[in-house]
Order: sequence, then structure tokens, then C-alpha cells
Amino acid sequence: MKINKKFWIPFSLAIVFYAVVQFLLSSGTLNPYYENTLFLICINLIFAVSLHLIIGITGQFSIGHAGFIAVGAYVSAVLTMKMHLPFLLAIAAGGIAAAIAGILIGVPSFRLKGDYLAIATLGFGEIIRIILLNIDYVGGAAGMNVSRLTNWTVLFFSVLITIIVINNFTKSTHGRACIALREDEIAADAMGINTTYYKVIAFVIGSFFAGVGGALYAHNFYIIQPQVFGFLKSFDILIFVVLGGLGSLSGTVISTVLLTIVSIYLQDYPETRMILYSIVLILTMIFRPQGLMGTKEWTDLFKKYGKMGGNQNGKQTVA
Amino acid sequence: MELIQQLINGISLGSIYALIALGYTMVYGIIKLINFAHGDVFMVGAFTGFYLITVFHLPFVLALVLTMLITALLGVVIERVAYKPLRNATRIAALITAIGVSLLIEYTTIYLRGAQPAAYPDDIIPNKTIAISGLTISSQSIVILAVSVTLMIILELFIHKTKTGKAMRAVSVDADAARLMGINVDRTISVTFAIGSALAGAAGVAFGIYYIKIEPLMGIIPGLKAFIAAVLGGIGIIPGAMVGGMLLGIVEALVSAAGFSLWRDAAAFLILILILLFKPSGLFGKNIREKV
Amino acid sequence: MANKPLLEMKQVGVQFGGLKAVSNINLEIYENELVGLIGPNGAGKTTIFNLLTGVYPPTEGEIRLQGESIVKLPPYKITQKGISRTFQNIRLFKELTVLDNVKAAYHSLAKHSILSSVFRLPSHFSGEKEIEEKAVSFLKIFNLDSKKDELAKNLPYGQQRRLEIARALAANPKLLLLDEPAAGMNPKETQELMELIRFIQREFHLSILLIEHDMPLVMGICQRIIVLDHGQKIAEGSPEEVRNDKRVIEAYLGEEVVS
Repeated sequence: MKINKKFWIPFSLAIVFYAVVQFLLSSGTLNPYYENTLFLICINLIFAVSLHLIIGITGQFSIGHAGFIAVGAYVSAVLTMKMHLPFLLAIAAGGIAAAIAGILIGVPSFRLKGDYLAIATLGFGEIIRIILLNIDYVGGAAGMNVSRLTNWTVLFFSVLITIIVINNFTKSTHGRACIALREDEIAADAMGINTTYYKVIAFVIGSFFAGVGGALYAHNFYIIQPQVFGFLKSFDILIFVVLGGLGSLSGTVISTVLLTIVSIYLQDYPETRMILYSIVLILTMIFRPQGLMGTKEWTDLFKKYGKMGGNQNGKQTVA
Repeated sequence: MELIQQLINGISLGSIYALIALGYTMVYGIIKLINFAHGDVFMVGAFTGFYLITVFHLPFVLALVLTMLITALLGVVIERVAYKPLRNATRIAALITAIGVSLLIEYTTIYLRGAQPAAYPDDIIPNKTIAISGLTISSQSIVILAVSVTLMIILELFIHKTKTGKAMRAVSVDADAARLMGINVDRTISVTFAIGSALAGAAGVAFGIYYIKIEPLMGIIPGLKAFIAAVLGGIGIIPGAMVGGMLLGIVEALVSAAGFSLWRDAAAFLILILILLFKPSGLFGKNIREKV
Repeated sequence: MANKPLLEMKQVGVQFGGLKAVSNINLEIYENELVGLIGPNGAGKTTIFNLLTGVYPPTEGEIRLQGESIVKLPPYKITQKGISRTFQNIRLFKELTVLDNVKAAYHSLAKHSILSSVFRLPSHFSGEKEIEEKAVSFLKIFNLDSKKDELAKNLPYGQQRRLEIARALAANPKLLLLDEPAAGMNPKETQELMELIRFIQREFHLSILLIEHDMPLVMGICQRIIVLDHGQKIAEGSPEEVRNDKRVIEAYLGEEVVS
């Protein structure tokens, strides 16, 4: 059986975790402070893992992720608040709308490299924000009030699905195609990989989940405003992915959890937080550019201790 | 007439963009880095000028020169501390570091003096308006244009007539060859940053005088727009940055004049997308292919 | 030798700005041929490779693979049609393992879709298994299977070159383009490479076009040699003929000819 211990053990642990938290929440024993932290961690995880696919795996330096999040947030909010449609439908719609934005941005961007792609995506993110600022139907600058519909069940399974989908994609020939294109686009083309197609796919999947995250975000904080979805938000998520290690899903997860906790701890001192982040970012790039985990996954650490036996894939990051 | 009035506004704005764009284009030309922190140097220039004028009561010209020296120093410090160690790193690592420096400057400024805006006194340049056939041109506009044009002319002379200028051109074409010719590449890069940052500082003071209100995050959007202007003219090409800056300022003013002022910022990004789609090398640029 | 050529280039030229990198190129390669492409640096050899693999289109002329024009095709499609290559400066996927580098070349032959991988359907597992088996057996042929889990960037130079050839072959080409495969190799390694290339040609029944500066290698294994200088073809023929061609000696080989 190919779906082996590597999948079922973490999966079962996750389900147990879900059940425990669900119990604590329904019985009212979980402190709202911890509940908020947990929810924020989960939302940030969806943002970061979706960006990881675009930047970390496929090497497309996209720093306008907040734009996709905004699309998901606003579309879902309009569906629930203005059209009174069910929450789950709104989440799906948010994801799909963001995915469409992903295609619109991905297709013209495919011929841009490195710095230029970064600036173009930043520009797109800003255009989306400015457009939202000018639409009165969604409240313009004042924003839009959104009921709190995000609950633990929806949130948990959204995160789980995001991670599983992106992990499954990565550990397949398709993920390999993306990594190859990240490593050397010309060589990837020369080996028969349709690099344009995979760049767009990465954008679509990444933006879809960003939109889902945006929908969950919108229905968690009572109000959404365009200024929240500016490049500062894009940079926040970028920092999660970069510090965790560009190309490592586990690294992204770990750094997102840690940094979200730090940011909540420092939420009364936003300048201190940003100064700290920026210094850590600069030092990391100078002294340890591969971030926390480079391109390795947590399972690679276990290889050394022979815990997950019988696996011929050794140090590979892709099965 | 309203149109021409806006055009004049556009030229003033455009010269500010041009001054900032020059810094971007020179740095990109020489080390292929988009200096994300450049917009924040512009902001530091605005605040430095502000404090020199209001707290130290320095006259305009002295404050301007001193600001330019201070921002030049800031530029060199940033380069030596944050960018030099990454000269051989991937472009993405350098770009991320630049983002880090940008955030650091912004939030340190907020930490030190708060996020609230400050207001330049509106009488630094005696408030006269000149009326020509129905148009009113403020003395501010004239001074800004004069200062910008003067600085750009000085820059052009420097680049083409001095040894250091020649070195800058050499290093941007081929750093290794330049080194073999005996050019001190490190020093040349530092000088490039110094000059670019000084111009950004001047732009900051000009902005303060023209628009009065300054705040710690003011550098982000003009910074991005100035970068777009540099790309429009052809990144790495100095006359391109000047033309690009002017064009962008004029386009923005015209968009405002047409009644779409809320969309002003979007206009710049749209121009960026169009350039990158149709002529990524910019108006004056040449296509450079990657060697396979 | 078949009557119809596998590959034809007719009047091919490419111009970059004012510079004509290559012009008036007419050549044919037949099935199962081992052809050498030689000439001074800057003669346009790699440019020909780039034209053949679609890195840029020719500004004039026609290129046909098995009778079909390939000039308007994107590089990945040309590879799928049957032309594969190695690069002058090795372009391995550095952060991928040796095995994954080869697996990447099988990607275009994979039949399982993205959805199948995301939902871990049976077709994903069978598809991945097939790729794994093919890639491992391929590495065995090249004696690289013991290093299959090593990151490509950690291999010694000679093995990196071999891996690049293995990867190019995994893409199942009819025509294999090798760009200076012996660069940086000592005589013993070059000898091994010669045997490897001969072996590949026999075993996989394909045509090989080889750019090289190493004359013993070229003269030793090529059935036919094409000589380029300043973007134009100046000679073509058997190693014997080319060796004694006056223009070739003048432009490239020099008076002391390698025997």
C-alpha cells in the first residue's frame, strides 16, 4: 500500500487534534485568546502554504498575494451579506474568483522573470486594492461589515485540505515539473515540460486557496477594508514563506505558526514587531538564506534516525 | 486651460518622480537590484528637510544640500550593510533583503517619532504666483522644476565628464571587466548609491514643499511609481528615468484632470503592466537575451 | 541510411539586431547517424542547437523534423516531437536528486493528470510507479543508480555531465544534441565518454549531433562532420575529408593537424 505510515499517522494525529479543540470550544473551556490565536494561525497557514506553492515550489516571485486574498474575502462577503447565500458556497465562490484572478495575472506574467515578475505582481495586488477602494457597493474605504461565520470545523478542514492538496501536487510528476522549472526554466523546457502551463497552474491553485483563506478571514474579523489587503499583508505572508525556507512545506508551516504567535504577542507594539521582522529577514538573507529548513521537509529529518523505515526515497523532497 | 494647468502640475510631480527614478535606474543598472528601500530614502529626505527647516531654522538651500548629504550617507550605509553581503546571492534573496530594509526604515521612523503626519511650512519659498495668459504657476512649481533640472544636468555632466562617472558606466556594463581595468568596483557602487540617494533626498524636500503633508509611509507609493517610471524609460538608462518620470507625472495629472483622481495610482500600475507586456525594455531600452 | 532525412535545415539564418549569428545553413541528418559540428568559438554552433530546440526562431529558412516543420513550436513541444539536448554549461536541476532529474524528463510521457495526483487516484500510483521504474533502470545503464538519492549539485563534474546526458535520453529523443560533452574532462574520462556515446547510439537507435572541440573524440566517433565558421557552413564530409580541407585547416584546425 502506497498510502503508508507517512500519511496516516500525521492525518490521524490531526483528526485527534481537531476533536480535542472542538470539544474545548463547545464546552467553553478554551480561552478566547487562545481561540483567536488558533484561528489566526490557521488562516495564516492557508495564506502561507498557498504562496509557498507559487514562490517556493514553482519559483514565481509573486508578491501581490494579498490581492488574491482580497478577491476571496470580498466575493465571499458579498455572497453572504448581500445575497444571503450559504457560507460554504461563499467560500467556494471566493476561491474560484481568486483563481480566475490568478489566471488573469498568471497568463501575462509568464514571460516575466525574477524582479520584473515581483513588481508586476505587486502592481496587480495594488490595482485590486484600488479597485475595491472605489467600489461603493462593497463600502469603499469604509469597508464592509461581515458576520462571524468562520468556525473551527470549517477552518480546520480548510487548512487540512489546503495542505493535503498542495502536498499531493508537489509529490507527483506535476510537482517535479514545477520544481524543475524553478531550478532551470530553459532546461525544463528542453526536457519537454510545458513551463508556461505549470506556471499558470501554480498561480491558479495558489490563488484559489488564497481566496479560500480570504473568505475565512473575512468572516472572522467582522469587517473587511481594502487597506488591510495592501502590500504590507503580502510582505507579511512572504516573510512566513521565506523564513521557513523557500521550497519547504514543513518549514512554511513551522514559521507561520511561530511568527503568528510572535505577532499576536507583540500586537500592542506593531512597530516593534515590524522592526524585529525586518531585522530577522535581513539577517536571515545574509547569513542563512535557505531559511529554517531550506528545501527539506520534516520527514527528511526523520530519515537520519531511521524512524520511517522501508522508504527508498532517502533525501528526496519529492516522492 | 484646466488641462494645461494640470499639465503644469504634472510636470512638477513628474520632476519629483524623475529624481527618485534616477536612483532606481542607476542602482539597477549597476548591480541589477530593485532597491525597494529607495522610496524610504525619499521619505527620510522629506523628514530631514522638515526638521532642518523647522527645528534648526536653516534656510532652504542649506537645508536642501544638507539633506542630500545625509540621505547620500544613508544610501551608502544601506548598501554596505545590507546589499554588499548579497552581491553574489540570488536575485530573490537580494530583493527580499531590500524589502526588509524598506520595512526597517519605515517602522524605525514610526517608532522614533510616531506615525502622525507632519506639515512643511508653506512659506519656505515665498508664495508668489505668476499669471501667464490665464494660467497660474506657483513659485513652488518653478523652484521644483529648476532644482530638478539643475540636478539632472549636473548628473549628466558627472556621468559623462568625470572619471567616476565613466567608472559607473563601465561597472554597469561589465563589473568584472571594470575590475580588471583597475576600477574600484566597490567604491563605484557606493558612489552610485550615494548619488541616487542624494537625488531622492532632494525629491523628498521638493515633495514637502509642494504637497506640505509628509508621513512615515509616504515613500511607498511614490517609490513604486518612480520605479515604474524607471522601467517605462528603460531600466538602467539615465535619460530614460528622467523622461519616464516626467511622462508618469503628466499622465497622472491628466487622469486627475479627467475626473478620475481616485484612480490616479492605478494608472501608474496599469502603465507598468502594459510596458511589461509589450515592451519590457522600456522606451529607450534594448532587448537583452539570456545566453543559453 | 534512410532516404528521407530525419532532420533538415534549409537556408536557415538568425539575426539578432544587426548581427547575423548564422546564415544560409543547409544541412541534413539521417537516422542513426553520428554527426559532429565543429568550428571556432563564436562560429554559431550553439546557436544552431538553440534554433533546433526552439529557444528562438530562425529569422529565415525552414527546419523540418521527419518532414514536419518545427520553427513555430515552443521548446517543450519540439522535445516531445523528438529532439533533446544537453547544454554547454551544465543545466541540471540542482536541488533535485539524481533520480528526480531523470524523472523530470519522463514528465511529458506521464499519463496521470493533476487531479489524479491531488486525489491520489490509482492512476497516480501506477503512473508514478512506471516513472520510478523507468528512471531507475535508466540510471543503471549510466552507472548512476548508486547515487540516485544524491542531490544533483553534489555530484562530481564528470558524473554531472553523464547525468545530463542520461536525462536528455530519458526524454526519448530521435535526435540527441550534445553540446561539448567532453568539456573539462581528462583523457581517460574522454575515452569513457566516447564509448558511452557509441553505446547510446547503438542501444537507442538514435541520431546524435555533437558539438565538440576535442578533435580525437570528434574524429574518432563521428561518421560525418560539419564545419562552421562565422555563422556559415564551410565544409562537410567524412573525418578524413574534413581533416584535409584547406578552408577548415585555415579557419580552425591549424597547420598541425590531429591524426
